Amino acid sequence: MTHLVLVGTSHHHAPVEVRERVALDRDQAAALAERLGEAVVLSTCNRTELYVAAEDGDAAEARAVAALADVEPALYRLRDQAAALHLFRVAAGLDSLVPGEGEILGQVRVAHEIGTPGFLLDRVFRQALHAGRKVRAQTAIGESPASVSSAAAALAEQVFGDLDGCRILLIGTGKVGEQAARNLRTRGAEIVLTANTKTSREDIVGELARADVVVSSTSSRELVLDAPTVERARKGRQLLFIDLAVPRDLDPAIHELDGCYLYDIDDLEAIVSETLAGRRGEAARAEAIVAAEAEKFREWHASLDVVPAIASLRARAEEIREAELRKADGVLGRLDETQRRAVESLTSQIVNKLLHLPTVRMKQAAVSADGVIYAEAVRHLFGLGEDER
Amino acid sequence: LAELLFWPALLLYGEAAVGYFGDARSAAGRAATWGVRLGWLVQTGLLAAQAAREDGFPWGTWAGSLNLFVWLVVGAYLFWGCRGAYRLLGLAVMPLAAVLLVVARAGGGMSVGARSHYSNLFLVLHVGFVLVAFAGLTLSAALSLLYLWQERRLKRRETTIFKRPAPSLATLDRLAARTAAWSLPPLTLGIAVGIVRLVHRGDSVDALVVATLVTWVAWCSYLVLRRVGWTGRRAAYVALAGFVLVIVVRLALPASHFA
Repeated sequence: MTHLVLVGTSHHHAPVEVRERVALDRDQAAALAERLGEAVVLSTCNRTELYVAAEDGDAAEARAVAALADVEPALYRLRDQAAALHLFRVAAGLDSLVPGEGEILGQVRVAHEIGTPGFLLDRVFRQALHAGRKVRAQTAIGESPASVSSAAAALAEQVFGDLDGCRILLIGTGKVGEQAARNLRTRGAEIVLTANTKTSREDIVGELARADVVVSSTSSRELVLDAPTVERARKGRQLLFIDLAVPRDLDPAIHELDGCYLYDIDDLEAIVSETLAGRRGEAARAEAIVAAEAEKFREWHASLDVVPAIASLRARAEEIREAELRKADGVLGRLDETQRRAVESLTSQIVNKLLHLPTVRMKQAAVSADGVIYAEAVRHLFGLGEDER
Repeated sequence: LAELLFWPALLLYGEAAVGYFGDARSAAGRAATWGVRLGWLVQTGLLAAQAAREDGFPWGTWAGSLNLFVWLVVGAYLFWGCRGAYRLLGLAVMPLAAVLLVVARAGGGMSVGARSHYSNLFLVLHVGFVLVAFAGLTLSAALSLLYLWQERRLKRRETTIFKRPAPSLATLDRLAARTAAWSLPPLTLGIAVGIVRLVHRGDSVDALVVATLVTWVAWCSYLVLRRVGWTGRRAAYVALAGFVLVIVVRLALPASHFA
């Protein structure tokens, strides 16, 4: 039987200074997969995991551990269903730093594409991608923003809808502000002005008339924009203000203006906190979906125990049927083509009907862990494989 | 048959009205979406049954026209309501539809009415156009209501704002205006047909005619005011005021007009 072996490390087991020692880029991951044989290498900023399929699970595990020898104390090792369940959880974002983050699903897909999977790894990765998509479709785990910068972008979408062509006025060059602006830009918005200490106040106020979103993150001790200035400059247009600075850059009274929405760092963090709580709530539903998919995989994997026996049984039955038809060729030779086809079909149907129930029962037995016993019994009863011995 | 179909239609609309409170992915949420679709199909059957048994336009009475109005409103809602982002509209539209359907039945809108002395062509043009327009205006008002609700959530900085996703303010504002703009031409035509007949017959102007004209002026003002910068919250309030007039025209003043 082919075993699924997982050896890896992740943010749960190792800090970044350990993980970075085994972080692999796309080419390195592809090369390692090739070296390991039938393997897929998943390497992201939060994890490096080697999935290997082999008849000899111990040898495969030893090869994988050797490949990650630099971080051996931080490695976890899983086999078969446990390994599959882990992969399904990873693909669904349930093992991520931020529960439900969506990037991992694409990373799993790429790992599968650049790996060297055989039938077992191909099946388990396809099922993992299916589980990931299903979790996203049937739960809200990945819907809401999980960081301050993505919350700011999501709020802009709540006000303006499609952000394509939306204009951002970025005041200050703080890291969080730049992250928020970058997040807005990935959704189609454009930065019309990045104001720094050299930018005059008049220029900033002048840009207010064109901007849709104002992101501010300066280290100024005084307000950068007050409500009366905004009211004069915006010319009745809707504006979203994101104030990421402490002390705050923007006059809280701006929020009272009709059509103006001001969110400071605390507001955004409260939204993110609520979102993460919601994601954790949804995680229970997602876990149930993933567990169901893992069970399907277990059943399929267990059925592999009896597949050779079923295939031999069917081959033997077909062999007997054809031999008996050949023996009766003297009588059957007098039949016309239609009648011969009817006899062929009839004998095939008899064989199929006789074998249907044993096939189903063997698969069921395989699922309940008796598959090997049944397979041996069938081999013994029907003398399968005796010719070869 | 129409009587028989009323109950499943009401049941499905009622179920949808309640179900929209549930999460879109929950069983209740999905049942709400299907309640609207199936309820509308059942009501379509109800109207078809009425049309089959009547000798002429079957919705010439006040209650009958209310029945048709409900069907048009739900039909218009089906354009948007069954999409994820707009499903919250169901909270406004479906309870209204269920209540108006009950009112229509209480007024005899499901039974065979007396033969109208108006021609079928006139009824189709006048009643049909006005009802289509009112259905559109109702939807526009529902979109405006959703705008105000969403805007309030933003102003209150609700931390749960992403839990129940609604369309953006810009989308709601634009759609409400577009729906009203599409509804005004049929309203104008419906009113014009009525006035031509009124003048031709030398009848007097009743309260309903005046209220309908005021409604028309209100919704025209809504579109004009938007052109001069009254968008967003102010426009939504004007739309809701216009909808109050629609309700008055539909429910409060029709007795003498239909008599």
